[in-house]
Amino acid sequence: MEKSIEVHNLTVSYHSKPVLWDVDFSLPTGKIVGIVGPNGSGKTTMLKTIMGLMKPDSGYTEVFGQPLDNVRERVSYVPQRESVDWDFPADVMDVVLMGRYRKNNLFRRISKDDKRIATEALEKVNLLEFAHRQISQLSGGQQQRVFIARSLAQQADIYLMDEPFVGVDAATEDAILQLLREMKNQGKTVIIVHHDLHTANEYFDHIVLLNTRLVAAGPKEKVFTKELLQEAYGGRLTLLSKLGDLISTEEFPLREPEFKENKPEK
Amino acid sequence: MDPIFLKVLIGITLLASSAAVVGTFSYLKGQSLVGDAIAHALLPGVVLAFLLGDGRNPMLLILGALISGLFAHYSIGYIKSRTKLKSDTAVSLVLSTFFGFGIMLMSLTQRSGQGQQAGLERYLLGKAAAITMDDVYVFSALAVLLMVGVGLFYKGFQLMTFNEDFAAVIGLPVPLIRLTFTVLTVLAITVGIQAVGVVLMAALLITPSAAARAWTKSLPAMLLLAALFAAISAITGTYISSVIAKMPTGPWVVIVLAIIGFGSLIFAPEKGWLAKRRRAMANQKKTVLENVLKLMFQQEELSDRNVVLSNTDIMDIRAIRPEKLRNALTDLKRRLLVVEHSSGYALTELGRSEGRRVVRLHRLWELYLTERLGMAADHIHPGAETMEHVITPDIEELLVKELGNPELDPHQSPIPYEED
Repeated sequence: MEKSIEVHNLTVSYHSKPVLWDVDFSLPTGKIVGIVGPNGSGKTTMLKTIMGLMKPDSGYTEVFGQPLDNVRERVSYVPQRESVDWDFPADVMDVVLMGRYRKNNLFRRISKDDKRIATEALEKVNLLEFAHRQISQLSGGQQQRVFIARSLAQQADIYLMDEPFVGVDAATEDAILQLLREMKNQGKTVIIVHHDLHTANEYFDHIVLLNTRLVAAGPKEKVFTKELLQEAYGGRLTLLSKLGDLISTEEFPLREPEFKENKPEK
Repeated sequence: MDPIFLKVLIGITLLASSAAVVGTFSYLKGQSLVGDAIAHALLPGVVLAFLLGDGRNPMLLILGALISGLFAHYSIGYIKSRTKLKSDTAVSLVLSTFFGFGIMLMSLTQRSGQGQQAGLERYLLGKAAAITMDDVYVFSALAVLLMVGVGLFYKGFQLMTFNEDFAAVIGLPVPLIRLTFTVLTVLAITVGIQAVGVVLMAALLITPSAAARAWTKSLPAMLLLAALFAAISAITGTYISSVIAKMPTGPWVVIVLAIIGFGSLIFAPEKGWLAKRRRAMANQKKTVLENVLKLMFQQEELSDRNVVLSNTDIMDIRAIRPEKLRNALTDLKRRLLVVEHSSGYALTELGRSEGRRVVRLHRLWELYLTERLGMAADHIHPGAETMEHVITPDIEELLVKELGNPELDPHQSPIPYEED
């Protein structure tokens, strides 16, 4: 089976403090995958590294067996809702159309095709009647759906979403979940950063349990066990956090140059 | 009108507008101060170029400003990434250092007696009258170039401002977009200081967009409005400084801009202070009217018959200021919600239905508070006093549904539904 994402011995630090230590796993295609762990466990960092927004100290990530740059058009990203200023002067349609921006149409006007695709995306998240509503006037759940519509407009094969269920009402949560299942049925891969254990088992087929280090990755039946959950949510390992603090205060490089474990050149 | 003056006027209008258009993105990015810092930081470059070019070469001036401005911009970035200093500290540090250096260069020039100080001073506060025809042509061309640049990079600038991570993820050339934006900003400031000088440049970058934001919610409209506001101020400022001797242009441009800016904050629809005030008044009035109707309905409920209440009767039950009550009753009468009798006022059928609605909302909300939010029955009244005026028909429908068509409120009073 084709791998959607491959994470190879990944170490990433933030302000020179390691947030991911030697994480290594791969994910299947056509599944809804949850990256699950407590606050500050490196989930968002994981996603940002896969999306090329953060540079690893060591190791590498691949999408569909290739570096991200080769497959960008097949990958879609939904950032955390709070990461943007919703007071920005734009309406819902403006934002969804951003999902159609590409390197090769940056200087061109928005096409009729783009508009049609954006309209379809809005229809799928049930926001068509809000197309010309100001984004500042939307509820949290509606804002989240706008972001998902923008992502749908990218017409990708794999979708990475950062906490799409945070701060949305129950009805929106159901609607998003329904949509994700439809996407899965069409063979798309959906990867979701999620912190809520209660719903994780119900939502995902495949789970990556993360707490700075990798606790477990696999089909949910294998990963969602009491022991593993306790390991992930039982607090960070004292030794690891002490060492992390030390590396940060001493400003010590995380890897010597010859051990960066970059993707071997072919 | 003097044709030379007209050309200067057109030039100033163009350059002020283009600065405002570029400044709109700085404003939306929350980087208003960076523009101010770069404007101040242009001074050393401008002074050096002025000396080298004998004060007559506008191209050299642009080059000097560009180098100085870019240097300042990247210094800010460098300080932020390499030290633990906060953004505002890095910005102030660069602003004061560069500006101090520029002023020092200016006084050195003065001391060495090169005699062009008068020409140099116009870059501090702007002096439209000192602009040569050569300047007008070069800077107008640059202003047009700036607007074309913003038009070309519109999508890139829009996405960079709203969600830069997303721009990077979809593979847009973010470093190129950023560099273009930085160069355009520095150029905009370079042309802008011809009108207002480095000290007041921030106003020309930011005030037009802040004013425009109050009137519109669309980015293209905001860009146009900002350009328009900047043009109006630039024309006014230029005119005043050319008719009154020894008057610098910058301060006048800024004062006109400030008037437009504050005017916008006061008069803009929806977001303006007046509109807010009007909404508050309307809400207050709605509350008083609904309270009177509610009170009359409750009296009918108590006595189980239609009642006629005088002003004093009403004020005995609820503390309402006499003139407020008089106004409210006049209004209710006009809206056919009450009728006046010799001894007071009575509800019409329409008014009764409205009073019933308010009482119903009050009791539904009280029930919701006890049932869903687990509040004690003696704590719920104040909240319901407000909510009865806020709840809309569709929320009422949701409430009734969620509570399962309840008959009684937490105080065992019946919830009055409309009889069919």
